Amino acid sequence: MKNLTSLTIKEALAGLKKKDFSAVDLTEAHIKATEAARHLNCYILETFDIARKQAAASDARYAKGEARLLDGIPIAMKDLFCTEGVQTTAASNILKGFKPPYESTVSGNMFRDGAVMLGKANLDEFAMGSANITSAYGNVINPWKRKSDDKPLVPGGSSGGSAAAVAARIAMGATGTDTGGSIRQPASFCGISGIKPTYGRCSRFGIVAFASSLDQAGPFARSAEDCALLLQSMAGYDSKDSTSVNCPVPDYASTIAQGVKGLKVGVPKEYRIDGTNPEILKLWERGVEMLKDAGAEIVDVSLPYTKYALQTYYVIAPAECSSNLARYDGVRFGQRVEGDNLIDTYEKTRAAGFGKEVKRRILIGTYVLSAGYYDAYYNKARRVRKLIWQDFIEAYKKCDLLLTPTAPTAAFAIGENMQDPVTMYLNDVFTIPASMAGMPGMSVPVGLSADGLPLGLQLLGKPFDEATIFRAAQAIEKAANFTALPQLAQARAA
Amino acid sequence: MSIDKNTVKKVARLARIRISDDEVDVLSGELSKILAMIGQLNEVKTDGVEPMTSVIEMQMPEREDKVTDGGIPEKILANAPEQTAGFFVVPKVVE
Repeated sequence: MKNLTSLTIKEALAGLKKKDFSAVDLTEAHIKATEAARHLNCYILETFDIARKQAAASDARYAKGEARLLDGIPIAMKDLFCTEGVQTTAASNILKGFKPPYESTVSGNMFRDGAVMLGKANLDEFAMGSANITSAYGNVINPWKRKSDDKPLVPGGSSGGSAAAVAARIAMGATGTDTGGSIRQPASFCGISGIKPTYGRCSRFGIVAFASSLDQAGPFARSAEDCALLLQSMAGYDSKDSTSVNCPVPDYASTIAQGVKGLKVGVPKEYRIDGTNPEILKLWERGVEMLKDAGAEIVDVSLPYTKYALQTYYVIAPAECSSNLARYDGVRFGQRVEGDNLIDTYEKTRAAGFGKEVKRRILIGTYVLSAGYYDAYYNKARRVRKLIWQDFIEAYKKCDLLLTPTAPTAAFAIGENMQDPVTMYLNDVFTIPASMAGMPGMSVPVGLSADGLPLGLQLLGKPFDEATIFRAAQAIEKAANFTALPQLAQARAA
Repeated sequence: MSIDKNTVKKVARLARIRISDDEVDVLSGELSKILAMIGQLNEVKTDGVEPMTSVIEMQMPEREDKVTDGGIPEKILANAPEQTAGFFVVPKVVE
């Protein structure tokens, strides 16, 4: 029998149904693998006791023939999803010890469907970062190593723990959230798949808020089909989130194998930015060829406002962040540092509780929203956002999907790209435009760099048309046949 | 456009984050760099473009104005750094 940790979710569900192994077996195999991979620091909190209970309950359902969509599948839960009675920190000191008295809708949906939670996955503090180096609980290490040296590499961010866990084969799938690329970029860095669905597809209820007009939940997995299964469970209308959209979630599995024959795939010229790594451009060309060979028609499209998306993002996201994070005042929950009076308590609490990147973003946000600058920065950015959105609407009159690179580079070492905040922000240059427009986007692993690191391509779709993205993702997956494993998982498979 | 030290201090006060003098120096440089990047938005002509509020064109849903939850003070207070007799406790506000 294949090592249980190397199965896809679909294979595992089939094995569970046939009783080749039990949900407890599957969970124990992943717990053991997790214990052997603790140096990656994927989890802020391991929840093995919960996992064992959930797995036993899954087995009971299998015995009765009442198995659910994800019954017995061990997953990592990004520690941004509130889990009832289980510490939820957003990787921040300010929330250390916080045990939510309620369950996020997305995690609740997955538990309803039988998912097993191995732990709360590490992330950038409040999901602000692109390398998982801003967590108060330490850096996450990418399970991949490059050929040229032995330096520890970043997994990308912000959902770094989730992506690293799935890549290291210590979780079968994981939840992430994506505000400007926090699912797609780490998926690319770790050689796995990850989708940010359309804004409004998954409920934000119970997800620690960063930038509410952008935040979306989505899954990581090792195949397009597995991502589709996980999203099927996570998505759906929720009256507890006023921006949740009441539109039916199609059965993704039923259409995923339809291929791309007859689909029009747009290639936006604005993503060919100066200085892009030639390796990335070559990979992109290969992706175009793959879709063409599979029967898609390739069309050139233009999204002229792309080059302003990053700037727009760094007004809107910090502005929303500064409002959302105002709630961390040391009064109702989280850590408090006592001061001489209330204001002093607020200031000391927030100084001690927030890390550097979070403070930077709160300050930028406070600045762009402050008297005299609101119109010049915040309203200006909201106007440009509209233009970016219109770009996509226009492009989708000519095509069904867009194909672009996911990230400008492969994973880098801890310490690289850290000269200044703006250099780090450039990591998300390809993922941010779709975030600004609320469009769904997915990263699929396509190949390895010359240095032996995974590289992904990004598929962007029309609003609420994740189904077509999954079809194209599977077509690329088949053509790319990406079977490379990170060194850590190779050792286990041997 | 750059953010000088006094502006950093003012914004930090507005954001209720205590920062040290050393931090003011560093932040002034970093925030100025970010602001220089953001400043490129001024190149974009946006006359007649409405500021975008939501990417989804939908009506904000409304519901009947009635209590749908409550009666759980122990849950609400469970994570409070300090509480007494069903209340959150804060330092004295009124002299």
